[in-house]
Amino acid sequence: METYLYIALFAPLVGSLFSALFTATPKKLFTGIVGSLLIFTSLVSSTILLMYILKGGEPVHVTMMTWMATGDLYIPFGFVVDQISVTMMMVVTLVSTVVHIYSIGYMDHDKGFNRFFAWLSAFVFSMMILVMSDNYAGLFIGWEGVGLCSWGLIGFWYHKESATWAASEAFIMNRIADLGMLIGLFLVYWNTGTLQYDGAFAAFHTLDISTLTWIGIFLFIGAMGKSAQFPLHTWLADAMEGPTPVSALIHAATMVTAGVYLVIRSHELYSLIPHVGLFIASLGAFVALFAASMALVNRDMKRIIAYSTLSQLGYMFVAAGLGAYWVALFHLMAHAFFKAALFLGAGNVMHAMDDELDPFKMGGLRKKMKWTWIMMGLASLALSGIFPFAGFFSKDAILEAAFVGNHTALHVMEHHYIIYAVLLFTAGLTAFYSFRLVALIFHGEERFKLFGFHPHEAAKIMLLAIAPLVILAIIAGAFQTTFFEMVQEALNAVEYHVHSQIVVWIMTIGTQVFAISMIIFAYVKYNNSRVSVPDGTSRLENSFIYKLLFNQYYIPHFYAEYIVKPYREISEIFWTKVDLKIVDATVDGIAGIIYGTGEKTRQMQSGNLSTMLTWMVAGLVGLLSLAVVFGLTARYSDEILLFLSALGV
Amino acid sequence: MEIGLTHYLVLSTILFAIGLVGVMRRKNLLLLFFATEILLNAVNVAFAAISHYYGDMTGQMFAFFVIAIAASEVAVGLGLLIVWYKRHGSIDLDALATMKG
Repeated sequence: METYLYIALFAPLVGSLFSALFTATPKKLFTGIVGSLLIFTSLVSSTILLMYILKGGEPVHVTMMTWMATGDLYIPFGFVVDQISVTMMMVVTLVSTVVHIYSIGYMDHDKGFNRFFAWLSAFVFSMMILVMSDNYAGLFIGWEGVGLCSWGLIGFWYHKESATWAASEAFIMNRIADLGMLIGLFLVYWNTGTLQYDGAFAAFHTLDISTLTWIGIFLFIGAMGKSAQFPLHTWLADAMEGPTPVSALIHAATMVTAGVYLVIRSHELYSLIPHVGLFIASLGAFVALFAASMALVNRDMKRIIAYSTLSQLGYMFVAAGLGAYWVALFHLMAHAFFKAALFLGAGNVMHAMDDELDPFKMGGLRKKMKWTWIMMGLASLALSGIFPFAGFFSKDAILEAAFVGNHTALHVMEHHYIIYAVLLFTAGLTAFYSFRLVALIFHGEERFKLFGFHPHEAAKIMLLAIAPLVILAIIAGAFQTTFFEMVQEALNAVEYHVHSQIVVWIMTIGTQVFAISMIIFAYVKYNNSRVSVPDGTSRLENSFIYKLLFNQYYIPHFYAEYIVKPYREISEIFWTKVDLKIVDATVDGIAGIIYGTGEKTRQMQSGNLSTMLTWMVAGLVGLLSLAVVFGLTARYSDEILLFLSALGV
Repeated sequence: MEIGLTHYLVLSTILFAIGLVGVMRRKNLLLLFFATEILLNAVNVAFAAISHYYGDMTGQMFAFFVIAIAASEVAVGLGLLIVWYKRHGSIDLDALATMKG
């Protein structure tokens, strides 16, 4: 099994290095093919490991080599494949295989084809390190690695100002959060003396609650950055500047869920501090609603899906915060499938519409893009949580967890009705904005004709690549029991049962009716001939709420005005006053002195033998006198010291 | 008055100083060679005297080496000097400035 572990881990690295060899050359189709094949190899190995774990095999734990060993600090490059990491490995390798294959079609005409695959495979490798590491240090390496690859891929089209800006924004936002994460890691090491998961978890039980609270908070700050939780969420929507396959893989399915993974992985910590868990859940519920509301009115197809991702991450944090770790992991998995499918579908639409993103300029595309329509429709149904799609099972489990509350940590029933209500309402919003998007793109009048677009169905390879995701989005719910049994032991999982059977039915059917009615409402509103491209004149567009939502609650504006601008001004002052006047002046002064000395003394080198001989004699005399002085000083040092001490020095 | 080591060393120093002044002041390449010879022989006198004083023959051996090397140096040097004179018609040091940086 260890061999499979190493294959799963290192195949993406090999693919990345291989593609990297050709980054400076024109497009080579085989870099895409080799990259995809290697990721597929990784997928196969992960599947074999999953089968092994499913059969009840012991977690595979290897220590590849020592990384650091100084004093009491011992950090190995250790990897573990247990129930949690194997789930993540499956999600990561599966979605990335699909995205790699899809990208062969999507990036077909791009000049940076080879570079794209180098970055993409490097991302998969970093993500695998993140999920497979058996200690926090390894996790942090992967954490930074995915951050780097995310930066490289958001700014992939680096000639676009907006893309480089978005890449830097994502990177800087993540750095802020990573500081919190680092402090968390230091606290873990400081208090437990190890960064290995098993050692640290065992030691957590002996620590007092305030220390654990601080560790939990700081680790969660790291998770907030990576998973784009409020208030560090703005980077995710801007990250949509990257190529769409990147949005599907990194900013929907895998990297942004790393924060959820961190909380799930540290569940032994968070189950000791349920008050922090409750905070996480509350923040998650807030973000779920907050992001869904912004998705309601947005007019950028990819941003709508990005806000939806944000909202679903909120759901995951609710589950993780309430101690329902397995539910969080299950929703993470299901979400990865349908959200990646949605993004890739959006990529097809963008291809067809010459990178147009405004769904109001589309309409009626279902005749031209039948398969994309079907796949995006199915994925949207899954996202809305309609029975029997994957989203129904995972989202329902989260709602139940919120309704029933947490048994494991507090040993008491604690109902979280507010969180439940927020999530239920958000589920309706999710259904609405998902089908607003579908209706605007695929139904209604063919508005694209007004803008002179000639849409066409995407290449076969792209459609075929999405298909597995759509199938999984449909059937993944059926694996719920299997999944539960697998992670039961690893995550202390319990099934959430509402005691009264009638309540269960009311809840489930009520949710379904709510979601379906929202879908119908979306269709009624957007599937008709009256829909036109908004021009800022309608009553809705001038209402306060619309403006608030459309401008993302003015949060990016606020950041720009009250954080970026003052920071820029301070930097300006430091630049002109401190850097130029003090630091640079000092360095330039030293250089000036040396330069001036050289300028003056170069006259010695007149080329005249006589002058040079004179200088040589002068040097000789100088050195001889020095030798004599030092010799005398050495010989009479005692006397000199005596003399000096007599003077009172 | 007996002639002792000190006298020889004083003689050597005076010769060396004359040689140094010659090296610094002379503008004629030929005389520069003379000055170099004076320098070398000043050192030779010191070698021989000190060698005798300590009863160690190494110094005198060294003096022979210096004489041999001085002879070859003069041979090479004079050869170059003649070539230079044939080319430029002058052996004035101030005219010899092709190395000026």
